[in-house]
Amino acid sequence: MSSGTLIFVALVVGVTVLGFVASRWGHANLKSFDEWALGGRRFGTLVSWFLLGGDLYTAYTFVAVPALVYGVGAFGFFAVPYATIAYPIVYVLLARFWTVAKKRGYITTADFVRDRYGDRTLEIAVAVTGVLAAMPYIALQLVGMKTVFLQIGGIFGAGGGVVALAVAFVVLGAYTYTSGLRAPAMIAFVKDTLIYLTVIAAIIVIPAKLGGWAHIFRAVGPVLAHRPTPGAVLLTPQMYFAYATTALASSLSLFIYPHSITSILAAKSKQVIQRNAALLPAYSVLLGLLALLGYCAIAAGIATKDTNAIVPMLFARFFPDWFAGVAYAAIVIGALVPAAIMAIGAANLFASNIFRHFSPERSHTLTRAAKFLCLAMCALALLFVAFVKVQYAIDFQLLGGSWMLQIFPALIFGLYTRWFHPKALLIGWLCGMTAATVMGFSNIATGKIVIEFPLHVFGFSLTGFVAFYALLLNIGIAALLTWLLGAAKVDPGVDATTIGDYA
Amino acid sequence: MKTKRAWYWLLLAPFVGTLWPPFYNHADPALFGLPFFYWYQLLWVIVTSAILGLVFLMTRERSDV
Repeated sequence: MSSGTLIFVALVVGVTVLGFVASRWGHANLKSFDEWALGGRRFGTLVSWFLLGGDLYTAYTFVAVPALVYGVGAFGFFAVPYATIAYPIVYVLLARFWTVAKKRGYITTADFVRDRYGDRTLEIAVAVTGVLAAMPYIALQLVGMKTVFLQIGGIFGAGGGVVALAVAFVVLGAYTYTSGLRAPAMIAFVKDTLIYLTVIAAIIVIPAKLGGWAHIFRAVGPVLAHRPTPGAVLLTPQMYFAYATTALASSLSLFIYPHSITSILAAKSKQVIQRNAALLPAYSVLLGLLALLGYCAIAAGIATKDTNAIVPMLFARFFPDWFAGVAYAAIVIGALVPAAIMAIGAANLFASNIFRHFSPERSHTLTRAAKFLCLAMCALALLFVAFVKVQYAIDFQLLGGSWMLQIFPALIFGLYTRWFHPKALLIGWLCGMTAATVMGFSNIATGKIVIEFPLHVFGFSLTGFVAFYALLLNIGIAALLTWLLGAAKVDPGVDATTIGDYA
Repeated sequence: MKTKRAWYWLLLAPFVGTLWPPFYNHADPALFGLPFFYWYQLLWVIVTSAILGLVFLMTRERSDV
């Protein structure tokens, strides 16, 4: 084994041990649901910063975004405005959600929807969406890990990296089962440190060796222009709408994913969330710098069909062997942490809202069910990787986000108004989900680069993000039906929350 | 109380600044060789962070920790 591989193995084994040790953190009774799933809701600003950073910046950031920039150019940079405007949204909306969740003992978004609308079907719809959307996102983490295993090669590359991937997932399942959210929270410290080290080193070393940014951009233009679908370092006016809607819809969906909600609810106060909204953009700067590595790969003459491999390939080329080991570990651990939280978040939804309906008293049986479901989620995600083929790994996240966004009206509008009728929200959701699925898969089937959909209205074509169109349809139908059901005086259901729960 | 809430309007600035690509979809002026398109959007990350910090400090209640 080379020194790089040794360092990689040592770091990954080290965090695994940490994952198991985490069960002893803060004398927890891990049979209790709150303790297992939310770390007892006790995390302060610092722990939350590491946890949220470790949770939100995933293989999406380290692998999928640079790959997209490498493939299509400027359009891939939409992830930067996305990761910027997400934070004012957290500051206002998620702080409000945290408050009501704390007061009424919610662990999931579906808990709130059930309490607010008194509608079991809507509760299940919200929970199913979360579980469904988590799958492609976990799949994206697996893709990220696989590219690193293939780059290291040797035993890690055996069977196309699938063997190492399976081992990683058994280990992941085992420590999440044992320690709950405490495991990823503790590992996040190591993960984020390694990531910062790696990205700072990469952004100092790589552009300098390539002759500086001006030189890199000069080299990139002609290469992008000769791609099968030509790209450029600037957008064309036809892409403006798609660029803006992809950034906006992605930022609206980011914080309603089960893994984001899990990390948000683990905070000990509303102020912890608001302070973090101001401090977390530090990670978005990293995201932007990583995106630019896509151009570095082009300038370095890296030509590959597997675009996901470009970041590991850059590390292999420009870092000394031992530091490449550190960087590989950063990517793999960077994918394991969010994958663990996604599995926990989805399992919470499954156990609390599908298996049983929401009730503030959660039995130990429920905790046990959630722990097992957590393992099942990992297995399902493996199947997703095996059966859904996409051109860019980011398509996984865009598809999941298009589904996830469809709970926005029930959840986020619900935080402010009870005007919408639960049945209207349900039908709106159904239409949104159907539209997102049809548009998304038709694009994947025709081999489009990102799941952007050209909408033709009155002979006028506007290409925008699938999730955005589906959300508009969803809201339109929910509003129309609410008005009709209100006119027909259909029972709007019981609202168990009071105004005081939100402040 | 009313005057404090006014600070929240600042939170709309990042949306206006980043969601209208014609504003920033050009190469010049470049910074350290990075076209305007890229450094402008990266700058918004930092500006947004500062705005959020400011809003937090200005709307804080005495009882907040």
